[in-house]
Amino acid sequence: MAEKVLTQHFGLKNVYQIDEYIKQGGYEAVKKALKLKPEEILEEMKKANLRGRGGAGFPAGVKWGFVPKVDKPKYLCVNADEGEPGTFKDRYIMSHNPHMLLEGIIITSYCVGIHSAYIYIRGEYEAVALRLEEAISEAYDKGYLGKNILNSGFDLDVSVHRGAGAYICGEETALLESLEGKRGNPRLKPPFPASVGLFQCPTVINNVETLSNIPQIILNGADWFTGKGLPKDGGTRIFGVSGMVEKPGIYELPIGTNLKDIINKHAGGMKQGKKLKAVIPGGMSAPVLKADEIDIPMDFDSLVNAESMLGSAAIIVIDTGTSMLDVLKAVTKFYSHESCGLCTPCRIGTSWINKIVKRMAEGKGSKKDIDDIVRLASNILGKTLCPLGDAAAMPILSIAKKFRKELESRL
Amino acid sequence: MSPEFSGKVRKEIDRIIARYPQKEAAILPLLHLTQQEFGFISPESEKLVAGILGIKPIQVREVVTFYTMLNREPIGKYHIQVCSNLSCSLLGAEKLTDYLKEKLSIEPGQTSEDKKFTLSLVECIGACEQAPCMMINFDYHGNLDKKKIDKILDGLE
Ligand SMILES: Cc1cc2nc3c(=O)[nH]c(=O)nc-3n(C[C@H](O)[C@H](O)[C@H](O)COP(=O)(O)O)c2cc1C
Ligand code: SF4
Repeated sequence: MAEKVLTQHFGLKNVYQIDEYIKQGGYEAVKKALKLKPEEILEEMKKANLRGRGGAGFPAGVKWGFVPKVDKPKYLCVNADEGEPGTFKDRYIMSHNPHMLLEGIIITSYCVGIHSAYIYIRGEYEAVALRLEEAISEAYDKGYLGKNILNSGFDLDVSVHRGAGAYICGEETALLESLEGKRGNPRLKPPFPASVGLFQCPTVINNVETLSNIPQIILNGADWFTGKGLPKDGGTRIFGVSGMVEKPGIYELPIGTNLKDIINKHAGGMKQGKKLKAVIPGGMSAPVLKADEIDIPMDFDSLVNAESMLGSAAIIVIDTGTSMLDVLKAVTKFYSHESCGLCTPCRIGTSWINKIVKRMAEGKGSKKDIDDIVRLASNILGKTLCPLGDAAAMPILSIAKKFRKELESRL
Repeated sequence: MSPEFSGKVRKEIDRIIARYPQKEAAILPLLHLTQQEFGFISPESEKLVAGILGIKPIQVREVVTFYTMLNREPIGKYHIQVCSNLSCSLLGAEKLTDYLKEKLSIEPGQTSEDKKFTLSLVECIGACEQAPCMMINFDYHGNLDKKKIDKILDGLE
């Protein structure tokens, strides 16, 4: 069994409480980091090449390096919106081991010179938000947060900010707008949040799982980290498996673990002898893989080569008893509901495609409908303000291309 | 009667506002509080929140209408939100929704006559490993089947 990093304490019942966490070696990473120079931490983080776990896979150290050294407040926004369908890993981290995330937040903030951090958590996770708030209050009491942390002279405040039901607020600039108290409409980039972010100030935005990796990188070093997973894509991922498998759940495994093994060995194989038809490998936005395409290492680059993406590492398993038209219906319903409406191709395109698919599902479709879907989705691709447009178009196009025969048979 | 927050809630509001360098950022936390206190967000509540934050009521309206969790109409005592996204529908969410519709004699988007239940269909709620799943108010219920639904609903006062 591969060594666990992020989920190593999940078997312990009370590790969400600070005393138990400290007993397990918790907050040693913060102690070590506060004795290092911020530049030394940044160097180590760049070496570790920790790639973002929120979806895009951008190296965290490089992102932090973009923050300009200006005389302005700087902010950290923790992306705990977890809206990508199929994804539930951050919920496990925050409810089982919130202090591991807090350590990551403290170290990141110290490294970048941030004194104020907000955890933006999806509104539905009320119980998780309460747990985080308890953990934060414990950390203040023990002197790991607040003024002059462990006599280092470094100050940091952390608070939890609950969203209210909008997938788009997981997109980093929409998250900023939402946190500022506005509608969650994405911003045009550039300027990038690293220079103009929250309250017009330099801002780092990282995913929960990304930040939770940092304490162990500080304790064990970048070489240890790159030794797990792949040299350029180090560490483990928490794969979330759902759909038609025997044992849906989270599986922390080295990056590059074969998708076939994740499904068959770790998640117990197909449910009740059902047969595999397709897999969505990285959350709903990821283009679908056919049953004969799943012999593939789960890392960012391998999936890009397979014209899909690792995204949030959420694996949705689809069986031969499920109609791809129904899958397409669920996908298009989601994006037409979640489009923020700011740009026309995304707003009109997603709802138009959804209407066509619904008509097809009612048995009133024609061959031209499939062509229309492809044409409409292609016209969304690359023509929108934020990546939600692409995230909608890509899975739609992949289903239309790879399962065209099946869709036609339903006409 | 126009809504008012109690003294205790007012203090909580002051604490919330103090977390942000700009007051408006407290709007979502305040709207969550409003919904918790009054059950939904009425035009009067929008004015109340606007007054506290020193912004125009229309700015509050803009926010309220953007987010699906903020209700502009009263809802039932128990808000049943069934996930209708992919992992749940693969495992039979549609049939369970039909069962709930029949059992409660309401359609999604409606509230039962006794104001006990509101039924909604929602997108992914982040509990796909327990598909099919639903939320009742803020409690998650997973691995649902008809029997389990019966038991859960029977347990509600
Ligand atoms: C439509 C959309 C939704 C997103 N939702 C999330 C989300 O729920 N959680 C998340 O961490 N990142 C999400 N992202 C990615 C973020 O924009 C951003 O890349 C990420 O938070 C950066 O953190 P990381 O580098 O640590 O991954 C989303 C992106 C898009 C385009
Ligand atoms: S692509 Fe869609 S979600 Fe993104 S800004 Fe445009 S309309 Fe909004």
